[in-house]
Amino acid sequence: MFAYYLRLGLCSLRRNPLLTSLMVVAIGFGVAASMTTYAVLRATSNNPIPQKSSQLFTPQIDNAGPSDDNGEPLDLMSYIDAMALMQAHRAKRQTALYPIGVSIIPPDASRLPFRETSYATYAGTFAMFDIPFLYGAGWSTQEDQAHAAVAVIGRALNDKLFQGANSVGRDIVLDSHSYRIVGVMNNWNPQPMFYDVKTSGGFGDPTQVFIPFTRAVDLQIPTIGADLCATSSNGGWNTWLRSDCVWINYWVELPDRASVSAYHDYLYGYAAEQQRSGRFQWPPNIRLRNMMQWLDYKQVVPPESKISLLVSLGFLLICLVNTVGLLLAKFMRRAPEIGVRRALGASRNAIYKQFLIEAGMVGLAGGLLGVAMTGVGMLEIGLVFEPQIARLATVDKSLVGLTLCVAVLSTVVAAFYPTWRAAQVQPAWQLKSS
Amino acid sequence: MLQIKPILRALKRHKAGTVLIVLQIALTLAIVCNALFIINERVARMSRPTGMDESNLLVIQNHWVGASAQIIPTLTKADLLTLRRLPGVEDATQINAYPLGNKSTTEGIRLDPNVKPYISLAAEYFVDDHTLTTMGVQLVAGRNFRADEIHAIDPQMERPASEVIITEALADKLYPSGNALGKPIYIGNDSPSPSTVIGIVGRLQAPSPNTSFVDCAVLLPSLLANDDGSYLIRSKPGQLATIAKDAPAALIKLDRMRVFLPEHGIQTFDVVRAEAYKSDRGLAMVLGSICVVLLIITGAGIVGLTSFWVGQRRKQIGVRRALGATRGDILAYFLTENLLLSLIGLLIGTVLGICLSEWLVIRFEMQRLSFLYLLTSSVVLLLLGQAATLNPAFKASRVPPVEATRSV
Repeated sequence: MFAYYLRLGLCSLRRNPLLTSLMVVAIGFGVAASMTTYAVLRATSNNPIPQKSSQLFTPQIDNAGPSDDNGEPLDLMSYIDAMALMQAHRAKRQTALYPIGVSIIPPDASRLPFRETSYATYAGTFAMFDIPFLYGAGWSTQEDQAHAAVAVIGRALNDKLFQGANSVGRDIVLDSHSYRIVGVMNNWNPQPMFYDVKTSGGFGDPTQVFIPFTRAVDLQIPTIGADLCATSSNGGWNTWLRSDCVWINYWVELPDRASVSAYHDYLYGYAAEQQRSGRFQWPPNIRLRNMMQWLDYKQVVPPESKISLLVSLGFLLICLVNTVGLLLAKFMRRAPEIGVRRALGASRNAIYKQFLIEAGMVGLAGGLLGVAMTGVGMLEIGLVFEPQIARLATVDKSLVGLTLCVAVLSTVVAAFYPTWRAAQVQPAWQLKSS
Repeated sequence: MLQIKPILRALKRHKAGTVLIVLQIALTLAIVCNALFIINERVARMSRPTGMDESNLLVIQNHWVGASAQIIPTLTKADLLTLRRLPGVEDATQINAYPLGNKSTTEGIRLDPNVKPYISLAAEYFVDDHTLTTMGVQLVAGRNFRADEIHAIDPQMERPASEVIITEALADKLYPSGNALGKPIYIGNDSPSPSTVIGIVGRLQAPSPNTSFVDCAVLLPSLLANDDGSYLIRSKPGQLATIAKDAPAALIKLDRMRVFLPEHGIQTFDVVRAEAYKSDRGLAMVLGSICVVLLIITGAGIVGLTSFWVGQRRKQIGVRRALGATRGDILAYFLTENLLLSLIGLLIGTVLGICLSEWLVIRFEMQRLSFLYLLTSSVVLLLLGQAATLNPAFKASRVPPVEATRSV
């Protein structure tokens, strides 16, 4: 019976090509617009490290005093506070990191120097962020303490400099300093770049170089990220380190609830201690957000993404209202036919089935068109979003499936009312008047 | 109109179709007026001037490789000399940031250093004596910096300059009575010494165009010994493309220990502007095309439903025609019917549109919808509805009176 209704549906759709194509195009457009914008939202609100996100926290300590920023402490941490927290070592793992603008000097002297996204960080980072290694591993805490000249590089950089060979033990020259490579990361590229949303806005090129924080500070390598100073700090490098300027991303790994509340208490105690000692003239004001809370707080998802999804969903809704009207017109035109079928013994259920299947076919056709147009839409995402974001939004199996599902389901839902009306047709009345 | 009562009675018998058309018009209005408003807001944002003469301008972001703060000023001066000597170059300057660029330094500006709240935030531009001519920014009062006033400074040891140039917008904020020239201002949070305003420029945007202090900037006569200064180069008319190739090549030839980033390293200012407003332009385009498609679909939907109605009512139309109604009467009937439905739809749509706008204001901190957009969109939808009804209504008016006698 299903196949028979399919055939009937096909016949009926062909009978009125203009109306049918109008419905298909409307659904196709509505679904494509919604799916394209959904793909961007899905990419930008992605959880970059799902297995760990609930255990990674970024502490904030108010070291600038009350301001008009809703009482929120600054996003980054000062060197004084970061070092105090590092030394206290209260979390399972902890790290402080900041972006550095170093240039890589290729061993082949004929090639020009170039830059890659680089960070100065601590040994804990690699285990904390589950960074995969192709060769070697991260450096050790001892090397942090020894201010060692070591580096971890990314696979792409390893390919560029060493043609993909195992470069562990070889040297890389950054600016005028040499570092021994201890590990090569295997395509590590979490997006959003949760560990430094302040600099990258959340999306950027994958990090290709890590060097020890302690070494970078020794070499006086400044941050190329944000550097917010409540008071001017123009007395040179050491004055800057001792100042309340904030420029450090601080992350801790807290595996369970107990450790989270213990760390929260520790932070509060630390801020209270600073108040007692006279450094802070205000009561403790701290935050301890986990990774997804942090991404949400920093509004990593661009507002354009939400607005366009919203408009697209409204668009789809209107297309569906439109479809309800057109299906109603289409079905009611066939009242005589329905009358004949009913008179010949078709039950209301049969009518329901027949027309819902017909609507489902319209939805499927709209969905197929929608998939094609979503593909086109993906190519145009670059119009609205930065390339770093645009390349994250991709068509995959689940998106195609979702597109078809949304198209068919929404059309079938839209067809409920017209089908109900069709099933209400009185056979006797129709037969009489024809 | 005389026909309103029978129309209402007829609509009562077609509740579903009535509700659908009204709903569609209402939703379309709600979305279109908000979309138009957002488009206009973005276009207005995009068309704000930077204050610079943006044609024939090239930006090179230069990163020194392993150069210390002590030697960077020497290297920079050599670069600038080379650039200014290049054939086709009108002038060149080094600057820490530029309008619509991705870097900025901001300080609070005060008149009394002991008061904690600042009067305004302002972007800092560290410039030399060639900057105003290179940018094409006009002085409205005072004078430009002299070459001997430009000092190389280590950014770690930065001190407020004793002489500064500020923008007119900042001058008006600091000295509302309008005599900022020659007056002292305090730059930064705990600045020990004042800076004297020696010049005022008409307009110069802060690097980030989406801040509250977008037109407030202060120019300081310093050559920053940073490893990431930018060169602004003004080419002679028509020579920009040549300079965009020659200038980086000349710099590499002079000293190869430098990096120009692949994406933002070398850009003409047209590209800088296009990139800065990319998401604004893109959003406007996307919303615009959605609006157009939406209007087409709504129009087509009205055509479809009205045709259906006409088909359903052929007999009644025939009766009316047989009883003496003219073709014009039938035409007027359907047009009035659509007008009524549209008006109800627009009324509901206005409420929906305002609700949507309020929600956007709260959720995305956008501006509140202005009524002009509601009005414009309403008129457009009204005309669209009438136009969409025209064809089915014509068909209806051509139903012959003899239809009344058929199939009873």
